[in-house]
Amino acid sequence: MSFDVPDDLRYLESHEWVRTDDGTARVGITDFAQDELGDVVFVELPNEGDEVAAGDEFGVVESIKAVSDVYAPVSGTVTAVNEALFDQPELVNEDPFGEGWMLDVELADESELDDLLGAEAYRDQTE
Amino acid sequence: MTLRESPLAGVYDDPTLTDFGGWEMPVEFDSIRAEHTAVREVCGKFDVSHMGQVTVSGPDAMALTQRLTTNDVSSLDRGDAQYAAITDDDGIMLDDTVVYRLPAGTDDDYLFVPNAGHDGEMTERWASHRDEWGLTATVTNRTEAYAMMALQGPDAPTLLAAETDLALDDIARFEVARGTVAGVDSLVARTGYTGEVGFEILCPSADAERLWTALDCQPCGLGARDTLRLEMGFLLSGQEFHPTDEPRTPYEADIGWTVALDTEFVGRDALAAVQREGARERLVGLELLDRGVPRHGYEVTDEAGEPLGHVTSGTMSPTLGAPIALAYLPTDYTEPDTPVRVVIRGEPKEARTRATPFIDR
Repeated sequence: MSFDVPDDLRYLESHEWVRTDDGTARVGITDFAQDELGDVVFVELPNEGDEVAAGDEFGVVESIKAVSDVYAPVSGTVTAVNEALFDQPELVNEDPFGEGWMLDVELADESELDDLLGAEAYRDQTE
Repeated sequence: MTLRESPLAGVYDDPTLTDFGGWEMPVEFDSIRAEHTAVREVCGKFDVSHMGQVTVSGPDAMALTQRLTTNDVSSLDRGDAQYAAITDDDGIMLDDTVVYRLPAGTDDDYLFVPNAGHDGEMTERWASHRDEWGLTATVTNRTEAYAMMALQGPDAPTLLAAETDLALDDIARFEVARGTVAGVDSLVARTGYTGEVGFEILCPSADAERLWTALDCQPCGLGARDTLRLEMGFLLSGQEFHPTDEPRTPYEADIGWTVALDTEFVGRDALAAVQREGARERLVGLELLDRGVPRHGYEVTDEAGEPLGHVTSGTMSPTLGAPIALAYLPTDYTEPDTPVRVVIRGEPKEARTRATPFIDR
């Protein structure tokens, strides 16, 4: 089975993705991760204004069968959370790189992005 | 350790597999939600070959099984089945099982179905007690020889009728008949673990693929089996009871109706005392009112935060769209609609007790 791994994103080994745009990073979990979890039924996210640190867990994704921590790929201040996931957690399954996004983070240190995996490296890891 | 493999392992098309009681079994084929919904609305098929199959025959087959299970085996006519617990001297559940008195024309007299991984231990239990009590019975572990499948859902009778020579209308709930399914000599029982109309079918392992393939409907894994049984409040061995991790009597596990105190069986005196004095705790349904998913092991407290018990199984119910759970609570707290809390990652979440089944079946 092959999973969608968009070329323009960066990844954590723990299956989170980052899309950067002008000092802000949007964070979610990958197509591979949502498939592994199965039907997502609950998402716990931080509040707007909270600080997250690269490598630390920032929330929890629960599927019918499993509970998974989700990790922050970068450090910074949360500027938005995807509140749609509270009522429609299934968006994580349906559109993990789009409507299923989780957080926007204002980057504290752009150099952290260099530590993340590129699409090719992440693809190698999940194959 | 090498995992035991179902005789159907070769027919699966890329399911997610898991270790379940020492067996490598499918968790999900498509998605748990899709499989769950198929069973509630149409039909699904499960490979349950990991369940044990032990046959008991001979002059004392009934007496032996009577003395090792809590229910009244003597009440079974040929072709009847009954649910029972298997308890130790203290009345603690070692297993739960369905005992079948096999139909006429079958080589063996009784068949009982222990849980996954318990077949060896239960065969040994029957054999050693037979010897100790000087009874005459042949006990045979058929787990490797038999495949077992469950066909469950409102369309199950129609689907099975097209493949069998049996008159399915003549098989009542908790009855078993012998006939062919897809040309395969089988035992067909109107039993199951989902709350739906359905059948459990046993056949020789060598014929399992042919039978499975002929039953053309949604294949379902252990994931959907768990959400379906939980909506019904049915027990899962190792979760709701376990001889060391969760030692419980049938009364605590809310299956007191399987205990026939007027029969002689191992654990009877202990259970008579529990019945007389009343169990201090009982398994009860919970529905979470706050957001979250209650899981095995989570603490349950009263409104003030005083510990009451713990969740044994929990999930997001696909049918109700609500988080549900089973938990052992002091009997003072088991009345429906009693407010309690489930502690999820340190946060007390509002919940209330519910009668089971959670769904109307």
